[in-house]
Amino acid sequence: MQLKPETKTKIKALLERYPRRQATLLPVLHLVQEDFGYLSDEVEELVAKELDIPRAAVSEVVTFYTMFYREPIGKYHIMACHNLSCTLMGAEKLIQHLEHRLGVQSKAHLGETTEDGRFTLTRVECLGACGEAPMMQINDKYHLNLTIEKIDKILEELP
Amino acid sequence: MEKKLLTKYWHDPNHKMLDGYLKNGGYAAIKKALGMEPDAVIEEAKQSKLRGRGGAGFPAGMKWSFIPKKTDKPKYVVCNADESEPGTFKDREIIHKDPHSLIEGIAICAWAVQSHTAFIYIRGEFTEEAKMLERAIQEAYDHGYLGKGICGTAFDLELILHRGAGAYICGEETGMLESLEGKKGQPRNKPPFPASEGLFQCPTVINNVETLAVMPWIVLNGGAEYAKLGTPESTGTKLVGISGPVKRPGVYEIEMGMPLMTFINELAGGMIEGKTLGAVIPGGSSTPPLTPVQCEQAKISYESLDKLGSALGTAGIIVLPDDFSVIEAMTVIARFYADESCGQCTPCREGTGWLYKTMKRIYAGKGAAQDLQMLSHISAGMKGRTICALADAAAWPMEGFLRTFPEAFQKAVTPKQAR
Ligand SMILES: Cc1cc2nc3c(=O)[nH]c(=O)nc-3n(C[C@H](O)[C@H](O)[C@H](O)COP(=O)(O)O)c2cc1C
Ligand code: SF4
Ligand code: FES
Repeated sequence: MQLKPETKTKIKALLERYPRRQATLLPVLHLVQEDFGYLSDEVEELVAKELDIPRAAVSEVVTFYTMFYREPIGKYHIMACHNLSCTLMGAEKLIQHLEHRLGVQSKAHLGETTEDGRFTLTRVECLGACGEAPMMQINDKYHLNLTIEKIDKILEELP
Repeated sequence: MEKKLLTKYWHDPNHKMLDGYLKNGGYAAIKKALGMEPDAVIEEAKQSKLRGRGGAGFPAGMKWSFIPKKTDKPKYVVCNADESEPGTFKDREIIHKDPHSLIEGIAICAWAVQSHTAFIYIRGEFTEEAKMLERAIQEAYDHGYLGKGICGTAFDLELILHRGAGAYICGEETGMLESLEGKKGQPRNKPPFPASEGLFQCPTVINNVETLAVMPWIVLNGGAEYAKLGTPESTGTKLVGISGPVKRPGVYEIEMGMPLMTFINELAGGMIEGKTLGAVIPGGSSTPPLTPVQCEQAKISYESLDKLGSALGTAGIIVLPDDFSVIEAMTVIARFYADESCGQCTPCREGTGWLYKTMKRIYAGKGAAQDLQMLSHISAGMKGRTICALADAAAWPMEGFLRTFPEAFQKAVTPKQAR
């Protein structure tokens, strides 16, 4: 297993911009996770080598942040906000609907993934879009002012 | 009703692009600042009496003046775009509609403290917002507002956008510095304060997005002009967000001191049909709730909300309808802080965990009368004893809910048959 040449080039550019090598770790992990989908032991090792920092420094960071995954997840990661403003606007009903529809249990940090590997359903805390509650994020995209009908439509239209 | 300094051009869809921003007078403030002595810029910031908009309310000009003038070390400016306090969504709005005001504000701050490297630390989930900022930053580089010799002067400024990766605690300024250094986002003991030993042990200013984005107005119009607005203790305008079952939730810029109910009823349109106001959390989930009676007295200012036993915080108003259980609301809040405690300090790690467990039990109808004393006792033991203010941020709403809604809590721990 190796890092992609394009990724290596991007890492090199980051190393030139940042005042310290280790400071590039978060951006590098974001890049590498995009390539591999998640951060396995092997990938952590590659990152540590590339940045010339201890492997432990990499693992510590990967486990601390919720957006770094240590295992494969669904093609679509549904992150449904269950903090206060979204709850006030009916988030629990929407999450139950999603659980029912997808046949998985939602959980904080990382929820279950459907058997076909298409969806992972995670409960997350406030995503900073409370004025358009209830809301959820699917991969990079925010979906706002949701209703059950809207959610069904969004899921059906996903490629 | 609204008072638009920062939001004046937000109706203009081109304002977020450099062209539109320039047409609306953008980047005139940094040019003016670069023609002033750095200390004179700090003086304007001081005169404005602008208090940091990230929640703690520390005077921005004073913070800048703490950065040492004579030092061999590089100095850094870090913009806090972590926006994660539940109920808060104003910085996201600034990024969407006015990214160049933020970049210009950062440049003003950098000139004032003579820093040549600035960072925007943006929460990891804001992927689309990161792209918007990246584009605006590139435009600014391409047109000489960032990079070598900005605006044709000899002043260099690099601006790096840095994405977080999902951890509320990185919004705390020293957790943020650790995270920027490529480590776990665990807050640092203070002192030393970031102004002397911040990022990479160098002098560092950390300011919230809104604090920086309003700086161009202050430089152009003068700090004194800004201070004329609002109240003596809460000068200027404020971006106030409102969520919950109101007719027009969203972000509005108002002059400080507006009565809370005027804001709720006139700007946000009041409650949606069929809902009645039950309680208001005025400034993000760590600020204690207000009853409808208190809401009638409250003004949107630091001092008015302090006096009522709450706080302005991030000015993220959450409106609870009277048919929503305050026990459930507090359980959600307790869960959040328990989840986000970084675990370094025992009172925080254990305290937030116990508050959540106990609230969950009470919400499930399995609470007992002594649980209420325990909740007060745990909260009292969490305050002022930890490395960062997360423990306090968890204890305040707990104490506030107990104080404000004693009957609801009593009822919740009374066995059903006895009610
Ligand atoms: C637990 C915790 C979380 C915080 N989260 C944020 C945040 O998301 N955004 C922010 O600007 N400030 C946040 N703060 C406040 C920062 O520590 C800091 O005071 C602020 O960024 C300084 O900028 P200002 O003076 O312009 O407000 C948080 C503080 C604590 C204790
Ligand atoms: S108070 Fe809580 S969040 Fe802050 S440093 Fe201590 S354990 Fe971490
Ligand atoms: S509570 Fe859901 S986005 Fe803030």
